[in-house]
Amino acid sequence: MNAIEVRDLFKSYNSLTAVDGISFEVGYGELFGFLGPNGAGKTTTINILCTLLKPTSGEAYVAGSEVSREPDRIRKRIGLVFQETTLDNELTTFENLLFHAYLYGLERNTAVRRIDELLSIVGLRNKRRELVKHLSGGMKRRLEVIRGLLHGPGVLFLDEPTTGLDPQTRAGVWGFIKDMRKREGTTIFVTTHYMDEASDFDRIAIIDHGKIIAIGNPHKLINEMSKTTVTFVTGDDDTARQLLSYGMSRVDGGKYQIRIEEPGDFMKRMLNLSGLKIDEFAINQPELEDLYISLTGTEIRDERIEHPVRKRGHGS
Amino acid sequence: MRRLVLPVYVITLRDLKKFFRQRSRLIGMIARPLTWLLIIGTGLNQIIKGSLGVTYIQFILPGILGMTILFSAIFSSISIVWDREFGFMKEILVTPVSRISIAFGKMVSGTLISTVQGLIIMVAAPFIGIRFTIAEVFSLIVFIMVVSMCISAIGVFIASLIKSFESFNIIMNFIVMPMFFLSGAMYPISILPRVMRYFMYLNPLTYGIDSFKHIMFAGLTSFRSDISMLNDIVLMISFTIVSIVLAAVAFNRQHNE
Repeated sequence: MNAIEVRDLFKSYNSLTAVDGISFEVGYGELFGFLGPNGAGKTTTINILCTLLKPTSGEAYVAGSEVSREPDRIRKRIGLVFQETTLDNELTTFENLLFHAYLYGLERNTAVRRIDELLSIVGLRNKRRELVKHLSGGMKRRLEVIRGLLHGPGVLFLDEPTTGLDPQTRAGVWGFIKDMRKREGTTIFVTTHYMDEASDFDRIAIIDHGKIIAIGNPHKLINEMSKTTVTFVTGDDDTARQLLSYGMSRVDGGKYQIRIEEPGDFMKRMLNLSGLKIDEFAINQPELEDLYISLTGTEIRDERIEHPVRKRGHGS
Repeated sequence: MRRLVLPVYVITLRDLKKFFRQRSRLIGMIARPLTWLLIIGTGLNQIIKGSLGVTYIQFILPGILGMTILFSAIFSSISIVWDREFGFMKEILVTPVSRISIAFGKMVSGTLISTVQGLIIMVAAPFIGIRFTIAEVFSLIVFIMVVSMCISAIGVFIASLIKSFESFNIIMNFIVMPMFFLSGAMYPISILPRVMRYFMYLNPLTYGIDSFKHIMFAGLTSFRSDISMLNDIVLMISFTIVSIVLAAVAFNRQHNE
Protein backbone atom coordinates (compact mmCIF):
# COMPACT_ATOMS: atom_id res chain seq x y z
CA MET A 1 0.00 0.00 0.00
CA ASN A 2 1.23 3.47 -0.87
CA ALA A 3 1.14 6.56 1.34
CA ILE A 4 -1.71 7.92 -0.77
CA GLU A 5 -3.91 5.98 -3.18
CA VAL A 6 -6.73 7.66 -5.03
CA ARG A 7 -9.19 5.77 -7.23
CA ASP A 8 -11.81 7.39 -9.44
CA LEU A 9 -12.24 10.27 -7.03
CA PHE A 10 -15.15 12.51 -7.88
CA LYS A 11 -16.50 15.62 -6.17
CA SER A 12 -19.30 17.84 -7.37
CA TYR A 13 -21.21 20.75 -5.91
CA ASN A 14 -24.70 20.88 -7.38
CA SER A 15 -23.98 21.20 -11.08
CA LEU A 16 -20.31 22.03 -10.69
CA THR A 17 -17.73 19.26 -10.99
CA ALA A 18 -14.62 20.15 -8.99
CA VAL A 19 -12.81 16.81 -9.19
CA ASP A 20 -13.68 14.69 -12.19
CA GLY A 21 -12.69 11.08 -11.58
CA ILE A 22 -8.97 11.26 -10.75
CA SER A 23 -6.71 8.33 -9.83
CA PHE A 24 -3.09 8.43 -8.67
CA GLU A 25 -0.80 7.21 -5.96
CA VAL A 26 2.05 8.65 -3.93
CA GLY A 27 4.72 6.32 -2.53
CA TYR A 28 6.11 6.49 1.02
CA GLY A 29 8.75 9.16 1.43
CA GLU A 30 7.95 10.77 -1.89
CA LEU A 31 7.87 14.53 -2.51
CA PHE A 32 4.82 14.81 -4.70
CA GLY A 33 3.58 18.00 -6.36
CA PHE A 34 0.01 18.72 -7.35
CA LEU A 35 0.00 21.45 -9.95
CA GLY A 36 -2.76 23.32 -11.67
CA PRO A 37 -4.40 26.71 -12.19
CA ASN A 38 -6.76 28.25 -9.63
CA GLY A 39 -10.03 26.37 -9.55
CA ALA A 40 -8.53 23.29 -11.21
CA GLY A 41 -9.46 21.11 -8.23
CA LYS A 42 -6.24 21.18 -6.19
CA THR A 43 -7.66 22.49 -2.95
CA THR A 44 -10.76 20.31 -3.26
CA THR A 45 -8.53 17.25 -3.67
CA ILE A 46 -6.34 18.17 -0.71
CA ASN A 47 -9.42 18.84 1.44
CA ILE A 48 -10.80 15.39 0.56
CA LEU A 49 -7.47 13.71 1.35
CA CYS A 50 -7.32 15.55 4.69
CA THR A 51 -10.91 14.45 5.53
CA LEU A 52 -12.23 18.03 5.57
CA LEU A 53 -14.52 17.28 2.63
CA LYS A 54 -16.40 14.13 1.70
CA PRO A 55 -16.00 12.89 -1.88
CA THR A 56 -19.12 12.43 -4.01
CA SER A 57 -17.80 9.06 -5.17
CA GLY A 58 -14.58 7.10 -5.46
CA GLU A 59 -12.01 6.04 -2.89
CA ALA A 60 -8.96 7.66 -1.38
CA TYR A 61 -6.56 5.93 1.00
CA VAL A 62 -4.20 8.03 3.08
CA ALA A 63 -1.66 6.35 5.38
CA GLY A 64 -3.54 3.07 5.00
CA SER A 65 -7.09 4.25 5.81
CA GLU A 66 -9.98 5.28 3.60
CA VAL A 67 -11.03 8.95 3.90
CA SER A 68 -14.80 8.42 4.15
CA ARG A 69 -14.70 5.32 6.32
CA GLU A 70 -11.95 6.11 8.84
CA PRO A 71 -11.40 9.87 8.90
CA ASP A 72 -10.32 9.85 12.57
CA ARG A 73 -7.48 7.41 11.93
CA ILE A 74 -6.23 9.53 9.04
CA ARG A 75 -6.38 12.76 11.06
CA LYS A 76 -3.96 11.26 13.58
CA ARG A 77 -1.44 10.34 10.91
CA ILE A 78 -1.34 13.44 8.76
CA GLY A 79 -0.11 16.97 9.13
CA LEU A 80 -1.50 19.90 7.23
CA VAL A 81 -0.23 23.34 6.30
CA PHE A 82 -2.98 25.43 4.80
CA GLN A 83 -2.88 28.00 2.08
CA GLU A 84 -3.95 30.71 4.51
CA THR A 85 -2.42 31.23 7.94
CA THR A 86 -4.16 29.24 10.65
CA LEU A 87 -2.09 30.33 13.64
CA ASP A 88 -3.58 32.04 16.66
CA ASN A 89 -2.10 35.54 16.60
CA GLU A 90 -2.94 36.23 20.22
CA LEU A 91 -0.97 33.24 21.50
CA THR A 92 2.80 32.85 21.62
CA THR A 93 4.83 30.62 19.30
CA PHE A 94 5.22 28.07 22.07
CA GLU A 95 1.53 28.15 23.01
CA ASN A 96 0.44 27.59 19.41
CA LEU A 97 2.66 24.52 19.21
CA LEU A 98 1.74 23.18 22.65
CA PHE A 99 -1.95 23.61 21.90
CA HIS A 100 -1.50 21.57 18.72
CA ALA A 101 0.52 18.87 20.52
CA TYR A 102 -2.20 18.49 23.16
CA LEU A 103 -4.90 18.13 20.53
CA TYR A 104 -2.92 15.21 19.11
CA GLY A 105 -2.67 13.65 22.55
CA LEU A 106 1.06 14.24 23.16
CA GLU A 107 2.22 14.23 26.78
CA ARG A 108 3.49 17.57 28.03
CA ASN A 109 7.13 16.50 28.48
CA THR A 110 7.33 14.84 25.08
CA ALA A 111 5.63 17.83 23.49
CA VAL A 112 7.96 20.40 25.06
CA ARG A 113 11.06 18.45 24.05
CA ARG A 114 9.86 18.09 20.48
CA ILE A 115 8.77 21.74 20.26
CA ASP A 116 12.18 22.97 21.38
CA GLU A 117 13.93 20.62 18.98
CA LEU A 118 11.85 21.80 16.01
CA LEU A 119 12.07 25.48 17.00
CA SER A 120 15.87 25.22 17.04
CA ILE A 121 15.94 23.61 13.60
CA VAL A 122 13.98 26.46 12.02
CA GLY A 123 15.80 29.14 14.00
CA LEU A 124 12.76 30.25 15.97
CA ARG A 125 14.00 29.19 19.39
CA ASN A 126 14.43 32.81 20.46
CA LYS A 127 10.84 33.59 19.40
CA ARG A 128 9.42 31.00 21.76
CA ARG A 129 7.65 33.50 24.00
CA GLU A 130 6.79 35.98 21.24
CA LEU A 131 3.14 36.54 20.31
CA VAL A 132 2.58 35.15 16.83
CA LYS A 133 1.21 38.48 15.58
CA HIS A 134 4.73 39.92 15.98
CA LEU A 135 6.35 37.34 13.68
CA SER A 136 7.17 37.98 10.00
CA GLY A 137 5.37 36.15 7.19
CA GLY A 138 8.29 33.78 6.63
CA MET A 139 8.56 32.98 10.35
CA LYS A 140 4.84 32.23 10.51
CA ARG A 141 5.15 29.85 7.57
CA ARG A 142 8.09 28.02 9.18
CA LEU A 143 6.13 27.85 12.39
CA GLU A 144 3.18 26.33 10.56
CA VAL A 145 5.36 23.75 8.86
CA ILE A 146 6.87 22.58 12.16
CA ARG A 147 3.42 22.59 13.68
CA GLY A 148 2.31 20.27 10.88
CA LEU A 149 5.24 17.96 11.70
CA LEU A 150 5.00 18.21 15.49
CA HIS A 151 3.04 15.01 16.04
CA GLY A 152 5.24 13.03 13.63
CA PRO A 153 2.73 12.48 10.80
CA GLY A 154 3.39 9.95 8.05
CA VAL A 155 2.09 12.31 5.39
CA LEU A 156 2.41 16.08 5.38
CA PHE A 157 0.05 18.09 3.16
CA LEU A 158 1.10 21.55 2.11
CA ASP A 159 -1.49 23.64 0.30
CA GLU A 160 0.36 26.35 -1.64
CA PRO A 161 2.87 26.85 1.16
CA THR A 162 4.75 29.71 -0.48
CA THR A 163 1.91 31.82 -1.86
CA GLY A 164 2.39 35.45 -0.93
CA LEU A 165 6.01 35.11 0.21
CA ASP A 166 8.91 37.03 -1.33
CA PRO A 167 11.45 34.99 -3.38
CA GLN A 168 14.09 34.81 -0.61
CA THR A 169 11.58 33.64 1.95
CA ARG A 170 10.16 31.17 -0.54
CA ALA A 171 13.58 29.64 -1.12
CA GLY A 172 14.16 29.54 2.63
CA VAL A 173 10.87 27.80 3.34
CA TRP A 174 11.58 25.22 0.64
CA GLY A 175 15.09 24.53 1.86
CA PHE A 176 13.67 23.91 5.26
CA ILE A 177 10.80 21.69 4.04
CA LYS A 178 13.29 19.51 2.17
CA ASP A 179 15.56 19.33 5.23
CA MET A 180 12.69 18.24 7.39
CA ARG A 181 11.71 15.64 4.87
CA LYS A 182 15.19 14.15 4.99
CA ARG A 183 15.24 14.14 8.78
CA GLU A 184 11.76 12.76 9.30
CA GLY A 185 11.26 10.67 6.17
CA THR A 186 7.79 12.17 5.80
CA THR A 187 5.80 11.76 2.61
CA ILE A 188 5.06 15.24 1.32
CA PHE A 189 2.11 16.22 -0.84
CA VAL A 190 2.31 19.80 -2.08
CA THR A 191 0.00 21.88 -4.21
CA THR A 192 1.51 24.87 -5.90
CA HIS A 193 1.20 27.01 -8.98
CA TYR A 194 4.85 28.02 -8.98
CA MET A 195 6.34 25.73 -11.60
CA ASP A 196 9.95 26.47 -10.72
CA GLU A 197 9.37 25.06 -7.24
CA ALA A 198 8.16 21.77 -8.62
CA SER A 199 11.02 21.00 -10.98
CA ASP A 200 13.02 19.03 -8.40
CA PHE A 201 10.09 17.12 -6.89
CA ASP A 202 10.11 13.32 -7.16
CA ARG A 203 6.89 13.32 -9.12
CA ILE A 204 4.22 15.78 -10.13
CA ALA A 205 0.65 15.61 -11.39
CA ILE A 206 -0.84 18.40 -13.42
CA ILE A 207 -4.55 18.83 -12.87
CA ASP A 208 -6.94 20.97 -14.87
CA HIS A 209 -10.75 21.12 -14.97
CA GLY A 210 -10.79 18.42 -12.31
CA LYS A 211 -8.80 15.90 -14.38
CA ILE A 212 -5.18 14.81 -14.20
CA ILE A 213 -3.63 15.62 -17.56
CA ALA A 214 -0.03 14.60 -16.88
CA ILE A 215 1.73 12.69 -14.13
CA GLY A 216 5.32 11.56 -13.56
CA ASN A 217 8.84 12.79 -12.87
CA PRO A 218 9.05 16.47 -13.88
CA HIS A 219 12.16 16.01 -16.05
CA LYS A 220 10.78 12.98 -17.82
CA LEU A 221 7.54 14.81 -18.40
CA ILE A 222 9.35 17.70 -20.00
CA ASN A 223 11.31 15.39 -22.27
CA GLU A 224 8.33 13.31 -23.21
CA MET A 225 5.79 15.98 -23.69
CA SER A 226 7.55 18.93 -25.20
CA LYS A 227 10.17 19.44 -27.80
CA THR A 228 12.85 22.06 -28.20
CA THR A 229 11.73 25.11 -30.10
CA VAL A 230 14.04 26.73 -32.62
CA THR A 231 13.22 30.27 -33.59
CA PHE A 232 14.54 32.19 -36.61
CA VAL A 233 14.12 35.84 -37.28
CA THR A 234 14.54 37.04 -40.87
CA GLY A 235 13.50 40.03 -42.88
CA ASP A 236 14.14 38.30 -46.21
CA ASP A 237 11.13 37.03 -48.15
CA ASP A 238 12.94 34.23 -50.02
CA THR A 239 14.43 32.93 -46.82
CA ALA A 240 11.06 33.07 -45.20
CA ARG A 241 9.51 31.08 -48.04
CA GLN A 242 12.25 28.50 -47.74
CA LEU A 243 11.88 28.25 -43.98
CA LEU A 244 8.20 27.59 -44.43
CA SER A 245 9.01 24.83 -46.91
CA TYR A 246 11.17 23.17 -44.22
CA GLY A 247 8.11 22.79 -42.09
CA MET A 248 8.62 25.91 -39.98
CA SER A 249 5.66 27.97 -38.97
CA ARG A 250 5.35 31.73 -38.93
CA VAL A 251 4.78 33.06 -35.41
CA ASP A 252 4.57 36.79 -36.04
CA GLY A 253 6.30 39.34 -38.27
CA GLY A 254 9.64 37.88 -39.25
CA LYS A 255 9.68 35.15 -36.62
CA TYR A 256 9.64 31.50 -37.67
CA GLN A 257 9.57 28.52 -35.36
CA ILE A 258 9.94 24.77 -35.50
CA ARG A 259 9.69 22.18 -32.74
CA ILE A 260 12.30 19.44 -32.98
CA GLU A 261 13.61 16.43 -31.07
CA GLU A 262 17.34 16.99 -31.48
CA PRO A 263 18.63 20.54 -31.75
CA GLY A 264 22.13 19.34 -32.79
CA ASP A 265 20.97 17.42 -35.87
CA PHE A 266 18.74 20.23 -36.92
CA MET A 267 21.55 22.76 -36.69
CA LYS A 268 23.78 20.62 -38.87
CA ARG A 269 21.07 20.31 -41.48
CA MET A 270 20.53 24.03 -41.46
CA LEU A 271 24.21 24.85 -41.82
CA ASN A 272 24.39 22.64 -44.87
CA LEU A 273 21.81 24.71 -46.59
CA SER A 274 23.35 27.58 -48.44
CA GLY A 275 22.06 30.98 -49.33
CA LEU A 276 19.96 31.58 -46.27
CA LYS A 277 20.25 35.04 -44.84
CA ILE A 278 19.67 34.24 -41.17
CA ASP A 279 19.97 37.27 -38.95
CA GLU A 280 19.53 35.52 -35.64
CA PHE A 281 18.79 32.10 -34.27
CA ALA A 282 17.99 30.81 -30.80
CA ILE A 283 17.38 27.52 -29.09
CA ASN A 284 14.95 27.54 -26.17
CA GLN A 285 15.12 24.60 -23.79
CA PRO A 286 11.66 24.01 -22.47
CA GLU A 287 11.02 24.39 -18.76
CA LEU A 288 8.27 23.04 -16.61
CA GLU A 289 6.53 26.38 -16.93
CA ASP A 290 6.27 25.90 -20.70
CA LEU A 291 4.94 22.40 -20.30
CA TYR A 292 2.42 23.62 -17.80
CA ILE A 293 1.25 26.47 -20.00
CA SER A 294 1.08 24.22 -23.05
CA LEU A 295 -1.07 21.78 -21.13
CA THR A 296 -3.35 24.14 -19.28
CA GLY A 297 -3.47 27.04 -21.73
CA THR A 298 -2.89 30.69 -20.99
CA GLU A 299 -6.36 31.87 -20.09
CA ILE A 300 -6.74 33.40 -16.64
CA ARG A 301 -8.93 31.43 -14.29
CA ASP A 302 -11.31 32.75 -11.75
CA GLU A 303 -11.21 31.14 -8.34
CA ARG A 304 -14.50 29.35 -8.66
CA ILE A 305 -14.17 26.71 -5.97
CA GLU A 306 -11.06 27.49 -4.03
CA HIS A 307 -12.68 27.54 -0.58
CA PRO A 308 -15.56 25.13 -0.71
CA VAL A 309 -15.27 24.24 2.97
CA ARG A 310 -15.66 27.79 4.08
CA LYS A 311 -18.38 28.89 1.75
CA ARG A 312 -20.71 25.98 2.27
CA GLY A 313 -22.89 26.04 5.32
CA HIS A 314 -24.72 22.90 6.27
CA GLY A 315 -25.78 19.68 4.69
CA SER A 316 -23.76 16.57 4.39
CA MET B 1 -12.56 9.59 28.18
CA ARG B 2 -9.25 11.42 27.95
CA ARG B 3 -9.93 11.79 24.25
CA LEU B 4 -13.13 13.72 24.98
CA VAL B 5 -12.06 15.73 28.02
CA LEU B 6 -8.58 16.83 26.96
CA PRO B 7 -9.72 18.89 23.95
CA VAL B 8 -12.34 20.63 26.10
CA TYR B 9 -9.57 21.54 28.52
CA VAL B 10 -7.23 22.72 25.76
CA ILE B 11 -9.84 24.87 24.02
CA THR B 12 -10.96 26.35 27.33
CA LEU B 13 -7.36 27.08 28.32
CA ARG B 14 -6.77 28.86 25.04
CA ASP B 15 -9.87 31.04 25.39
CA LEU B 16 -9.06 31.92 29.00
CA LYS B 17 -5.48 32.85 28.13
CA LYS B 18 -6.67 35.05 25.33
CA PHE B 19 -9.37 36.58 27.49
CA PHE B 20 -6.99 37.64 30.25
CA ARG B 21 -4.49 38.87 27.68
CA GLN B 22 -6.94 41.19 25.95
CA ARG B 23 -7.00 44.01 28.47
CA SER B 24 -9.32 46.21 26.42
CA ARG B 25 -11.95 43.48 26.27
CA LEU B 26 -11.63 42.86 29.97
CA ILE B 27 -11.97 46.54 30.81
CA GLY B 28 -14.87 47.01 28.39
CA MET B 29 -16.67 44.05 29.83
CA ILE B 30 -16.41 45.48 33.34
CA ALA B 31 -17.01 49.09 32.35
CA ARG B 32 -20.25 48.47 30.49
CA PRO B 33 -22.27 47.00 33.37
CA LEU B 34 -20.84 49.51 35.84
CA THR B 35 -21.84 52.34 33.53
CA TRP B 36 -25.36 50.97 33.36
CA LEU B 37 -25.54 50.51 37.05
CA LEU B 38 -24.13 53.90 37.97
CA ILE B 39 -25.57 56.11 35.27
CA ILE B 40 -28.91 54.52 34.46
CA GLY B 41 -29.40 53.07 37.90
CA THR B 42 -28.57 56.27 39.78
CA GLY B 43 -30.54 58.44 37.38
CA LEU B 44 -33.71 56.40 37.38
CA ASN B 45 -33.38 55.76 41.08
CA GLN B 46 -34.59 59.32 41.64
CA ILE B 47 -37.62 58.94 39.37
CA ILE B 48 -38.80 55.41 40.13
CA LYS B 49 -39.98 55.08 43.67
CA GLY B 50 -42.42 52.82 45.40
CA SER B 51 -43.94 49.64 44.06
CA LEU B 52 -40.73 47.64 43.48
CA GLY B 53 -40.06 46.80 47.12
CA VAL B 54 -36.38 47.71 46.61
CA THR B 55 -34.68 50.82 45.29
CA TYR B 56 -34.35 50.97 41.51
CA ILE B 57 -30.57 50.71 41.56
CA GLN B 58 -30.92 47.57 43.67
CA PHE B 59 -33.63 46.28 41.38
CA ILE B 60 -31.49 46.40 38.25
CA LEU B 61 -28.40 44.72 39.77
CA PRO B 62 -29.67 41.19 38.97
CA GLY B 63 -30.54 42.47 35.49
CA ILE B 64 -27.08 43.99 35.01
CA LEU B 65 -25.58 40.69 36.14
CA GLY B 66 -27.74 38.95 33.51
CA MET B 67 -26.61 41.46 30.90
CA THR B 68 -22.96 40.93 31.75
CA ILE B 69 -23.37 37.18 31.35
CA LEU B 70 -25.39 37.61 28.16
CA PHE B 71 -22.83 39.80 26.39
CA SER B 72 -19.83 37.95 27.69
CA ALA B 73 -21.12 34.47 26.81
CA ILE B 74 -22.39 35.45 23.36
CA PHE B 75 -19.14 37.25 22.59
CA SER B 76 -17.10 34.28 23.74
CA SER B 77 -19.08 31.79 21.64
CA ILE B 78 -19.17 34.02 18.59
CA SER B 79 -15.36 33.76 18.57
CA ILE B 80 -16.05 30.53 16.68
CA VAL B 81 -16.94 32.75 13.71
CA TRP B 82 -13.68 34.69 14.15
CA ASP B 83 -11.73 31.45 14.32
CA ARG B 84 -13.42 30.29 11.17
CA GLU B 85 -12.80 33.57 9.39
CA PHE B 86 -9.11 33.64 10.37
CA GLY B 87 -8.56 29.98 9.58
CA PHE B 88 -7.76 28.80 13.09
CA MET B 89 -10.89 26.66 13.23
CA LYS B 90 -9.56 24.65 10.27
CA GLU B 91 -6.44 23.82 12.27
CA ILE B 92 -8.64 22.44 15.07
CA LEU B 93 -10.93 20.62 12.66
CA VAL B 94 -8.14 18.55 11.07
CA THR B 95 -6.91 17.30 14.42
CA PRO B 96 -8.26 13.93 15.61
CA VAL B 97 -10.46 15.77 18.13
CA SER B 98 -14.21 15.13 17.83
CA ARG B 99 -16.50 17.98 16.75
CA ILE B 100 -18.57 17.55 19.88
CA SER B 101 -15.54 18.16 22.12
CA ILE B 102 -14.76 21.35 20.23
CA ALA B 103 -18.34 22.59 20.75
CA PHE B 104 -18.16 21.67 24.44
CA GLY B 105 -14.80 23.39 24.80
CA LYS B 106 -16.36 26.59 23.51
CA MET B 107 -19.33 26.25 25.85
CA VAL B 108 -17.14 25.60 28.89
CA SER B 109 -14.83 28.52 28.16
CA GLY B 110 -17.84 30.80 27.61
CA THR B 111 -19.26 29.64 30.92
CA LEU B 112 -16.07 30.27 32.87
CA ILE B 113 -15.38 33.66 31.30
CA SER B 114 -18.96 34.84 31.91
CA THR B 115 -18.94 33.54 35.46
CA VAL B 116 -15.73 35.43 36.25
CA GLN B 117 -17.19 38.61 34.81
CA GLY B 118 -20.47 38.16 36.61
CA LEU B 119 -18.68 37.72 39.91
CA ILE B 120 -16.62 40.85 39.31
CA ILE B 121 -19.86 42.83 38.93
CA MET B 122 -21.10 41.42 42.23
CA VAL B 123 -18.38 43.38 43.99
CA ALA B 124 -20.64 46.40 43.46
CA ALA B 125 -23.47 44.83 45.49
CA PRO B 126 -22.45 45.92 49.03
CA PHE B 127 -22.07 49.51 47.81
CA ILE B 128 -25.75 49.71 46.87
CA GLY B 129 -26.95 48.04 50.03
CA ILE B 130 -27.15 44.37 49.02
CA ARG B 131 -25.42 41.97 51.37
CA PHE B 132 -25.02 38.22 51.05
CA THR B 133 -24.65 35.29 53.39
CA ILE B 134 -22.05 32.65 52.50
CA ALA B 135 -24.84 30.30 51.38
CA GLU B 136 -26.24 33.01 49.10
CA VAL B 137 -22.83 33.66 47.54
CA PHE B 138 -22.48 29.96 46.90
CA SER B 139 -25.91 29.56 45.34
CA LEU B 140 -25.37 32.72 43.29
CA ILE B 141 -22.18 31.22 41.82
CA VAL B 142 -24.06 28.05 40.89
CA PHE B 143 -26.86 30.00 39.22
CA ILE B 144 -24.46 32.31 37.42
CA MET B 145 -22.73 29.22 36.02
CA VAL B 146 -25.99 27.65 34.84
CA VAL B 147 -27.13 30.85 33.12
CA SER B 148 -23.64 31.29 31.59
CA MET B 149 -23.73 27.74 30.26
CA CYS B 150 -27.15 28.26 28.74
CA ILE B 151 -26.22 31.53 27.00
CA SER B 152 -22.85 30.12 25.84
CA ALA B 153 -24.67 27.17 24.30
CA ILE B 154 -27.10 29.54 22.56
CA GLY B 155 -24.02 31.44 21.31
CA VAL B 156 -22.42 28.28 19.91
CA PHE B 157 -25.74 27.42 18.28
CA ILE B 158 -25.96 30.86 16.65
CA ALA B 159 -22.29 30.76 15.60
CA SER B 160 -22.95 27.43 13.90
CA LEU B 161 -25.80 28.90 11.87
CA ILE B 162 -24.24 32.15 10.68
CA LYS B 163 -21.74 32.07 7.86
CA SER B 164 -19.66 35.16 8.41
CA PHE B 165 -18.99 37.97 10.80
CA GLU B 166 -21.23 40.31 8.82
CA SER B 167 -24.22 38.68 10.48
CA PHE B 168 -22.94 39.78 13.90
CA ASN B 169 -24.86 43.07 13.91
CA ILE B 170 -28.06 41.26 13.05
CA ILE B 171 -27.47 38.89 15.96
CA MET B 172 -26.83 41.81 18.31
CA ASN B 173 -29.88 43.79 17.23
CA PHE B 174 -32.40 41.01 16.77
CA ILE B 175 -31.37 38.43 19.33
CA VAL B 176 -29.07 39.82 22.02
CA MET B 177 -30.68 43.22 22.65
CA PRO B 178 -34.29 41.87 22.68
CA MET B 179 -33.12 39.08 24.99
CA PHE B 180 -31.82 41.70 27.39
CA PHE B 181 -34.82 44.05 27.28
CA LEU B 182 -37.37 41.24 27.42
CA SER B 183 -35.90 39.56 30.46
CA GLY B 184 -37.25 41.55 33.36
CA ALA B 185 -33.83 43.15 33.81
CA MET B 186 -35.07 46.74 33.71
CA TYR B 187 -38.64 46.42 35.03
CA PRO B 188 -40.86 43.74 36.53
CA ILE B 189 -42.45 41.36 34.05
CA SER B 190 -45.89 41.92 35.54
CA ILE B 191 -46.15 45.53 34.36
CA LEU B 192 -45.87 44.59 30.67
CA PRO B 193 -48.75 43.91 28.25
CA ARG B 194 -49.64 40.26 27.75
CA VAL B 195 -48.06 39.87 24.25
CA MET B 196 -44.66 41.04 25.48
CA ARG B 197 -44.95 38.82 28.51
CA TYR B 198 -45.20 35.78 26.23
CA PHE B 199 -41.88 36.70 24.65
CA MET B 200 -40.37 37.06 28.10
CA TYR B 201 -41.53 33.61 29.11
CA LEU B 202 -39.77 32.19 26.04
CA ASN B 203 -36.51 33.87 27.03
CA PRO B 204 -34.19 31.76 29.22
CA LEU B 205 -32.55 34.91 30.55
CA THR B 206 -35.87 35.83 32.22
CA TYR B 207 -35.60 32.82 34.52
CA GLY B 208 -31.89 33.40 35.09
CA ILE B 209 -32.39 37.00 36.15
CA ASP B 210 -35.42 36.07 38.24
CA SER B 211 -33.38 33.46 40.09
CA PHE B 212 -30.72 36.12 40.78
CA LYS B 213 -33.48 38.36 42.20
CA HIS B 214 -34.62 35.57 44.50
CA ILE B 215 -31.12 35.13 45.85
CA MET B 216 -30.14 38.80 46.09
CA PHE B 217 -33.37 39.98 47.67
CA ALA B 218 -33.86 36.92 49.89
CA GLY B 219 -33.70 38.99 53.06
CA LEU B 220 -36.07 41.69 51.83
CA THR B 221 -39.66 40.71 52.58
CA SER B 222 -40.92 43.79 50.75
CA PHE B 223 -39.77 42.35 47.37
CA ARG B 224 -41.98 39.95 45.44
CA SER B 225 -40.66 38.20 42.37
CA ASP B 226 -42.72 37.40 39.25
CA ILE B 227 -41.85 33.71 39.03
CA SER B 228 -41.33 31.12 41.75
CA MET B 229 -37.79 29.90 42.43
CA LEU B 230 -38.81 26.33 41.64
CA ASN B 231 -40.08 27.37 38.19
CA ASP B 232 -36.88 29.34 37.63
CA ILE B 233 -34.74 26.32 38.42
CA VAL B 234 -36.75 23.83 36.36
CA LEU B 235 -37.06 26.10 33.32
CA MET B 236 -33.47 27.36 33.46
CA ILE B 237 -32.10 23.82 33.55
CA SER B 238 -34.45 22.70 30.77
CA PHE B 239 -33.43 25.62 28.57
CA THR B 240 -29.78 24.88 29.26
CA ILE B 241 -30.06 21.21 28.31
CA VAL B 242 -31.98 22.00 25.12
CA SER B 243 -29.46 24.71 24.17
CA ILE B 244 -26.48 22.42 24.75
CA VAL B 245 -28.00 19.70 22.58
CA LEU B 246 -28.91 22.17 19.83
CA ALA B 247 -25.44 23.74 19.94
CA ALA B 248 -23.66 20.37 19.73
CA VAL B 249 -25.87 19.17 16.87
CA ALA B 250 -25.61 22.43 14.90
CA PHE B 251 -21.84 22.68 15.35
CA ASN B 252 -21.38 19.08 14.32
CA ARG B 253 -23.58 19.56 11.27
CA GLN B 254 -21.85 22.71 10.12
CA HIS B 255 -18.40 21.17 10.27
CA ASN B 256 -19.18 17.77 8.78
CA GLU B 257 -19.72 17.93 5.12
